[in-house]
Amino acid sequence: MTLTKRIIACLDVNAGRVVKGVQFVDIVDAGDPAELARRHAEAGTDEIVLLDITATHEQRGTLIDTVERTAKHLFVPFTVGGGIRTVEDAAAIFDAGADKVSINSAAIARPELIGEIGSRFGAQAVIVAIDARRAKSDGDPVADAEVFVSGGRKPAGRKVLEWAKEAESRGAGEILLTSMDADGTRTGFDCELTARVSHAVRIPVIASGGAGTAEHFADVLLQGKADAALAASIFHFGIANVRELKEAIAKRGVPMRLPC
Amino acid sequence: MIAVIDYKAGNLTSVMKALHAVGADAVATSDPNVVLQAEKLVLPGVGHFSATAFLDEQGLTNAIANRVQAGYPFLGICVGLQWLFEGSAEEPDAAGLGAFSGYCERFIDGMKVPHVGWNSIQVRESRLLKGVANGEFVYFTHSYRAPVVNGTVAVTEYGLPFTAAVERDNIMGVQFHPEKSGPVGLQILKNFVGLP
Repeated sequence: MTLTKRIIACLDVNAGRVVKGVQFVDIVDAGDPAELARRHAEAGTDEIVLLDITATHEQRGTLIDTVERTAKHLFVPFTVGGGIRTVEDAAAIFDAGADKVSINSAAIARPELIGEIGSRFGAQAVIVAIDARRAKSDGDPVADAEVFVSGGRKPAGRKVLEWAKEAESRGAGEILLTSMDADGTRTGFDCELTARVSHAVRIPVIASGGAGTAEHFADVLLQGKADAALAASIFHFGIANVRELKEAIAKRGVPMRLPC
Repeated sequence: MIAVIDYKAGNLTSVMKALHAVGADAVATSDPNVVLQAEKLVLPGVGHFSATAFLDEQGLTNAIANRVQAGYPFLGICVGLQWLFEGSAEEPDAAGLGAFSGYCERFIDGMKVPHVGWNSIQVRESRLLKGVANGEFVYFTHSYRAPVVNGTVAVTEYGLPFTAAVERDNIMGVQFHPEKSGPVGLQILKNFVGLP
């Protein structure tokens, strides 16, 4: 009996449609988040994250509808992020069927939001997402890694390690750490940065950004000390299915959920 | 009718959805009179043990105790399982139902808390866990753990062994979230819904 490390599929959604990521060969509608989420769960993915990448005010209604449709037939943990600025925003997402919300820029702007959502819905329901870039200065680029907001475009003027610790002390249940340097490269997660964050806090850390092969997942779960690894397009790497991915990771000695 | 007790701790959407998916006639309620008419009770809950104080304030504790004593099936989920014990270190001032002896404690130092994710369970003969294989995985998210007692029907381990499920007659509880544990979790809810 060992707590397994989680493989999380992220669906990037714009106006109710998945804009990149996974493709199942026999899927009816490859852009429908509800169908994709259900297929991921059936295939053995441990958790689903739906990220509203535009998150404009006009599209809130669409997002709620998308969350509702996606949650309807989904019986694994389901996180929703993008544009959540208030407890009311979070409440509407939970009512629609999400189990956790992921907050990013809004938590930097007003850190109290973490505790406000946590005290009403439980700490386990709040994920603080951190978009990180290694520092370009002469010092230690990992220890001095910086937080970016607004989809990774704007520096927040905060250091990653210090912000992760603050998020924990304010009641975050998990940290979702995305390496902006690694994101999209498919050359592997930033294991060094992930390990540093994982050591700095006592809450679970989800690593994101850079997944290219099963080895990359194993690396970040072992050397990177991550508790979970997330990718938007885990089947794009010549891996037929999540079971195969998990078996390859398990071969490296990482505990994986391989259902009986 | 199954009464899903709403004590304002987290959201009930997932539990209601899963119960409906296995064909249950479930309603969410904070009304003791509805509880007194229900054929089965579900006490969900993610959040803090102190939220169970709401049960006393609303007269729900007596209504639940009344139904449980009369032999109607009861299922506590997460904090709902912990409430079946005498209490929890999370909120020493709030008493549990005391259907099982012992107190819930925080996970030991050195472990990441909360215990979040899929862990496997060792099961023994149980009506609630009928059809669930030994070593099957279920989804947990909690910071306190219930002790292993006589009524424990499933054990898991995180630092130390703790109770993943209890069952004595029709009093049942699960520390994990069956509503988030895929087909295995739905099987468990189906077993509960199908109890006579």
